[in-house]
Amino acid sequence: MKLVIVAGPPAEGKTSVIKRIVSNLKSEMKIAFLKIDVVKAYEDDELKKEFGIITKKIYSGDLCPDHAGVMVMGDAIKWAEDNNTDLFIVESAGLCLRCAPYLNHGLGIVVLSSISGIHAPEKMGAIVSLADVAVVTKIDLISQAEREVFIQKIKDLHPHITLMETNALQGTLLKRLYDLIRQSPEIVNDDLVLKGNPPLGTCTICVGKKEIGWQHHFGVVKKLDGQIADYLYRGE
Amino acid sequence: MIHNITILPGTNKTGKAENFDSLTLQAGETISIVGPTGSGKTALITDIELLAQGDTSTKRYILINDKAPDDEVRYDPTQKPIAMITQNTKCFADLSTKEFLKIHARARGISGADVISQTIDLANVFTGEKISSASKVTTLSGGQTRSLLIADAILIGASPIILLDEIENAGIFKKDVIDMINGKGKIIVFVTHDPVIALSTQKRLILENGGVKKVLEQNEGELHAANELLEIDRRIGIIRDHLRAGNIITRDLANLHAISTFH
Repeated sequence: MKLVIVAGPPAEGKTSVIKRIVSNLKSEMKIAFLKIDVVKAYEDDELKKEFGIITKKIYSGDLCPDHAGVMVMGDAIKWAEDNNTDLFIVESAGLCLRCAPYLNHGLGIVVLSSISGIHAPEKMGAIVSLADVAVVTKIDLISQAEREVFIQKIKDLHPHITLMETNALQGTLLKRLYDLIRQSPEIVNDDLVLKGNPPLGTCTICVGKKEIGWQHHFGVVKKLDGQIADYLYRGE
Repeated sequence: MIHNITILPGTNKTGKAENFDSLTLQAGETISIVGPTGSGKTALITDIELLAQGDTSTKRYILINDKAPDDEVRYDPTQKPIAMITQNTKCFADLSTKEFLKIHARARGISGADVISQTIDLANVFTGEKISSASKVTTLSGGQTRSLLIADAILIGASPIILLDEIENAGIFKKDVIDMINGKGKIIVFVTHDPVIALSTQKRLILENGGVKKVLEQNEGELHAANELLEIDRRIGIIRDHLRAGNIITRDLANLHAISTFH
């Protein structure tokens, strides 16, 4: 089975890119889709209705959605394989930008809108730097010069990423992406790990203490200024 | 060297094949694309800009020197032989004009210390209100943005093929732009609703319902009509200048057959 993990901030066009992938590859492979989100998601219903593929969604609720993704990915891959899937597409919630959901196998795709701001790619860290492919969407909304400035900015930061531009509503120029997916090797199930390191998540905020200020917290804490090492972990 | 580009037909909005076999533009040729709004004019120049290979919604193919372009030519802006001026009147990048042009020059592989200031100077020839190099591109007016993008396309895009989308709407000095671009051996494609521009080009494509309906060649009579229209256009320009300067428009001034100059 091939695996594609699509990440990126909300409203950049992840689902539109996925719809183009499904629409173009569904005649040659059986596709399954998983959406990970926090409180509400409609993408699974949309894709099922529009293309008749099997879909699933998971709400992370109070848990970080990328942590939730790690938790459920084993089961999800088994579910897709039990359904004889050839291509499994996972869409992440894309909320916080501290880590990236890509695995050491399969294809990691980050979707970035060309109107998201010129500094957006450098603020996104791992979600861009660990991706195999960056798809820049909404290119019909900006000038050629600005598109090229945006692309140059991503290239400066990540010289080896495969860059492509599209108007995802029409699927412009995405043939290259379909070919990359066709050529991507099958995943090896007992060798799957996250590509990047997830951030530490063991602090008292994680478990529900809401007081403001590091003085009120234990575990991983951080001051605004000064020596963070002294306080990086504070036991009771 | 670009000797020509060729457009191979795709399909219109209803999936019907377009009404031409293939269309080749030679270096130095000008062409206009006309048709009602929504007829697919912008989609056609976008196909040229993206060097479509059946992978856009129209399914057209664009050839350069009779061959499909290599991937590098399609995806690497330093190799792209095409500069396009779209209808965008807004930049979203949080950069100063100077920074914006610097990054674009790097993207296009253009060096030379003066190119940035030359581009701003040229933009200021086209626009009424001057642009400073420190202005954020996000704060430029619609006309300033288009002037800057046109100057950028000429000096930093510096391409043998130039695509212009409704340049007449820019509220800038149209004639200056056309004179600047014309006669340099470039292929120039105008999307336009302006009769002067449409009649001034050697070829004319008529679009309808997302597809090319007709291809026309310029003839003697039309060239004559274009020159007459150009004179009317010049006089309307004079009235516009008077209006902008806050002058009262007299009956004499408004008489397009009378001789008058702006002073």
